[in-house]
Amino acid sequence: MSNEIAILGAGMHPWGKWGHNFVQYGVAAAREALADAGVPWRDVSFVSGGATVRCGYPGYVAGATFAQALGWQGAEVNTSYAACASGSQALAAARNKILAGECEVALVVGADTTPKGFLAPAKGYRPDDPDWVRFYLGITNPTYFALYARRRMDLYGDTLDDFAAVKVKNSRIGSKNPRARYRKCFTAEDVAASAMVADPLRLMDICATSDGGAALIVSSLEYARKLGKGDAPRVAAISTVTPTFASSVVEMPDIATDSAAADGVEAHAFRSTLPLKAYEEAGIGPEDVDLAEVYDLSTALELDWIEDLRLAPRGEAAALLRNGDTSLGGKIPVNVSGGLACFGEAVPAQALAQVCELTWQLRGQAGDRQVEGAKVGITANQGLFGHGSSVIVRK
Amino acid sequence: MSDKPLAPAIEGWHTMSAKPNLIGTQCTACGTYFFPKQSQYCRNPSCDSTDFTEVELSRTGQVWSYTNACYQPPEPFVAPEPFEPYTIAGVQLEKEQMVVLGQVVTGVSVEDLKVGMTMELVLERLHETEDDIKVTWKWQPVAS
Ligand SMILES: [Zn+2]
Repeated sequence: MSNEIAILGAGMHPWGKWGHNFVQYGVAAAREALADAGVPWRDVSFVSGGATVRCGYPGYVAGATFAQALGWQGAEVNTSYAACASGSQALAAARNKILAGECEVALVVGADTTPKGFLAPAKGYRPDDPDWVRFYLGITNPTYFALYARRRMDLYGDTLDDFAAVKVKNSRIGSKNPRARYRKCFTAEDVAASAMVADPLRLMDICATSDGGAALIVSSLEYARKLGKGDAPRVAAISTVTPTFASSVVEMPDIATDSAAADGVEAHAFRSTLPLKAYEEAGIGPEDVDLAEVYDLSTALELDWIEDLRLAPRGEAAALLRNGDTSLGGKIPVNVSGGLACFGEAVPAQALAQVCELTWQLRGQAGDRQVEGAKVGITANQGLFGHGSSVIVRK
Repeated sequence: MSDKPLAPAIEGWHTMSAKPNLIGTQCTACGTYFFPKQSQYCRNPSCDSTDFTEVELSRTGQVWSYTNACYQPPEPFVAPEPFEPYTIAGVQLEKEQMVVLGQVVTGVSVEDLKVGMTMELVLERLHETEDDIKVTWKWQPVAS
């Protein structure tokens, strides 16, 4: 199809709490992706960076920061910020450039160094800033994940055991991923013994924040063929659509949802509309998907995403989980990278890390984590205010 | 108990009466409600109105979901010593067709709540300053 681009290389700096400047994680990931692609750095004519906003000046100009660190060679640059969806927007910018014929091969890179503890807002009396308001009133990030989780329990009958089972599943597979930060196989007892953070979610149900970097080398299909890589995995779709008014699920950092009171306005749940554009663009449906990498900010949220991606009917993701269908070897493995449960989130890198995993899976290079015969993979994640992204990669 | 005067934690977001209401705005053209107040532009994509009236929102609604905070949030949250966990709820307002978050009154835990339960708006202490007691809106189960 004419709107596809090739993924020639993937690279990651291992996730952890290394405490270094984010630039070095991005450079390490970029160099690994370049080597993996067999593309010389000087041939890259576009550098698209996912931005971080917490690390001062260089983070705001991520594309140029990485281009400079790798050595100025005249490439054009771009910086994208969309919180957790930053990487997908950076990928979309590279795809646009390639499909417009203005660039043959591009580097897409995101990296972050995260602070300890809660992500806190700027100080002062600032009631115009929703982030300030919600922290002042005592509403933190886990509050939102816990509200979604509790709703699943009351509406669909999900249990604490189901949420723990997501953690157990992801930690078991993630223990086999050398790039993951947490590589211990946790048990349901471990989860139950961890401290309650926001009922029903315990410490081990909620993902940590990590340092890490991820990078992709992407190109036109023609460039890939010239390199002898015509069979490389392809980006078949990138959805970065915004919600449709009235958005009915309360999202970070808001204190209230849109109102759907006006005539002709309906309430929409955003997460479930996000993948529709991706499926449409790729010309496939959920039944064609072999594996999914979803944004498991909490264990329960993985179950929401499975339904939002239409891999299970609404309310039935836990049944899929209990049946082993979302484990490696199951019908539709989810988060065989180990997910955020094993990585922790490195915000501007995370959406790219998902695509890295799909790339290795579709090439059959995922080792102990390999999904047999994987041909199509989908990602999902979400930034602030409900904007998010979903990427489809296929062979 | 302190005899300091009561003052709203955030100015102008709710009335101070015994049966308080949140104060929002409503678009005069399409009828969309906003909380917090919006009076510059309407966010309904079919509406370009810039005319809004201030309205008091419904005092009662149904629980959309609920949780609690077992760990002390960072600033600007002002925590008591020692920190006391508190319950939080999102409540669906029927007329306004929107969900509003807030703490739940002291003494009510997650075990006491259920999706769909009726809640009403009350005012309760958020924290104390040298001059006054800052109060904010909280949700309270309606005795059935
Ligand atoms: Zn309007």
